[in-house]
Amino acid sequence: MAELTAPLDTGDRRAAPSALDAADLRKDFPLLAREVHGRPITYLDSAASSQRPTAVLDAMREYDETTHANVHRGVYAIAEEATRRFEAARVDVGRFIGAPDPAREVVFTKNATEALNLVAHAWGRTHLGRGDVVVLTEMEHHANIVPWHMLAAERGVELRWLPVDDDGRLVLDHLDAVLDGAKLLGLTCMSNVLGTLNPVADLAAAAHAAGALVVADACQSVPHLPTDVAALGVDFLAFSAHKMLGPTGIGVLWGREELLAELPPFLGGGEMILDVRKDGFTPNDIPWRFEAGTPPITQAIGLGAAVDYLQTLGMDAVRAHEQTLTAYAMDQLTGRFGDGIRIFGPAEVADRGAVISFAFRDVHPHDVSQILDQYGVCVRAGHHCAKPLMRRLGVNATARASFGVYNDEHDVDTLVEALDAAGKFFS
Amino acid sequence: MPGLEDLYREIILDHYRSPRNRGELESPPAVRVEGFNPLCGDEIVVTLSVEDGVVADIKIAGTGCSISQSSASLMSAAVKGKTVEEARDLIATFKGMMSIHEATLPVGAGPGGTGNEGAAAPEPEAIDVAELGELAALQGVVKFPVRIKCATLSWNTLAQGLDEAASA
Repeated sequence: MAELTAPLDTGDRRAAPSALDAADLRKDFPLLAREVHGRPITYLDSAASSQRPTAVLDAMREYDETTHANVHRGVYAIAEEATRRFEAARVDVGRFIGAPDPAREVVFTKNATEALNLVAHAWGRTHLGRGDVVVLTEMEHHANIVPWHMLAAERGVELRWLPVDDDGRLVLDHLDAVLDGAKLLGLTCMSNVLGTLNPVADLAAAAHAAGALVVADACQSVPHLPTDVAALGVDFLAFSAHKMLGPTGIGVLWGREELLAELPPFLGGGEMILDVRKDGFTPNDIPWRFEAGTPPITQAIGLGAAVDYLQTLGMDAVRAHEQTLTAYAMDQLTGRFGDGIRIFGPAEVADRGAVISFAFRDVHPHDVSQILDQYGVCVRAGHHCAKPLMRRLGVNATARASFGVYNDEHDVDTLVEALDAAGKFFS
Repeated sequence: MPGLEDLYREIILDHYRSPRNRGELESPPAVRVEGFNPLCGDEIVVTLSVEDGVVADIKIAGTGCSISQSSASLMSAAVKGKTVEEARDLIATFKGMMSIHEATLPVGAGPGGTGNEGAAAPEPEAIDVAELGELAALQGVVKFPVRIKCATLSWNTLAQGLDEAASA
């Protein structure tokens, strides 16, 4: 137990050799100044939820203190101002992902899960029936599996699966056969477990050629890579604010304008209607048709500020920084532990995002995470809401370190030293 | 802030490294029950044979963390040879030890929980930790609320197995 209380020899923070100066950026993130168990925090769980910069926190506070009123309701000054700022955030978010018509194509939801459920309900229930095929990949998050399972159970829809190979890439050898007759392809842009960056544009083209639409889970890619929905060629794209330096409580569904325009509502209530009579209702225009009830207004302001923050850094710089850091981490982990560590997913850093799932010797991920916590190192342990993928990998759980703009090589060094201590503890 | 020594007691690490009653009994005639911890993906398989109201034999299979595995191992050693009634009492006492704190924590019935932790537990003052013997080593787990479900997984699974054995 003695080694668990000894300080880690990881030196001081160095200037980053990459595109961003993380040591400087860290000052923007108040939470990263705190200690855990008497040690500086090493936050390596941005794939689950990222920390928020002061700019985002301030924007929400400033809105709440100066402008808040319900949107799309009042004619008084602050209600008009709140509505204008809420809709401006929508346009900011849309432009951030290259939406051709950001004011109409960006739907605010509770989170990405709700966005995917919206597609399953509004599109799925009007376009899918018995025997229709939905193709999913084996590396989907449960959020892009379970809504389709529910639809399959309710309507007799058939689910087909694109398999994953031992390197954590999609197996595309039989793509045409798998897509044959399919109505929809659901795929993640980037695996939250493997880090694998999927060839979304190629797959979208193949799906369209087969007559299928494409719904993409972009939770892990939008926060970390430049995103252009037109270049990706997908039809729907879902992501969450809290993984991209924004607040919890708001997610986004982007959909092609002509597709959204013909969809029925998802939830019913205020805001989503033009008229309500005793004999029925007339739904509102898009995007409000899909936003029943008072939306997460403060959170939309926060998401807008997060987008501004990321754009100021530049998404190319964000990607370059995280790619450099991922390469450093993979080198350090394999260099230090050799065969004692199994890193899941592609070996080539260019093919993956800043997510490293691993098995460490025969120490259970839960125990790895517990020991690391003692060093202030926050990593996720579990199935990462991807149980079909866990079964494919032949494990119940993995430990996962994931990076954000504020992480640097010092964080990786701390992870390596803490892992070494965990190995000694359980040896 | 509790230290890790409260969690990883020597008895726990011993049972983790050298689990007792490992394997599966032939089923049938043995009763076979699977338990899952949806939070972390741990899976446990308890097979047990009940003869004349006594837990004649019990085996543990599956995979999990040091806490779930050692708790299962300790449990198997504790209930083997006991009457079903004694085993049920032990389950109640053990879960009582685990739920003293759990009841006051917001994670008690959170996502993935069976929701019945502590439901059958006696009042905290009624729990005699001394009667738990080696099992008392798991007492420190309550200071790490996320890990309570690891410790109770095998016990919930055993309770289900005893129910099935009774109705068989």
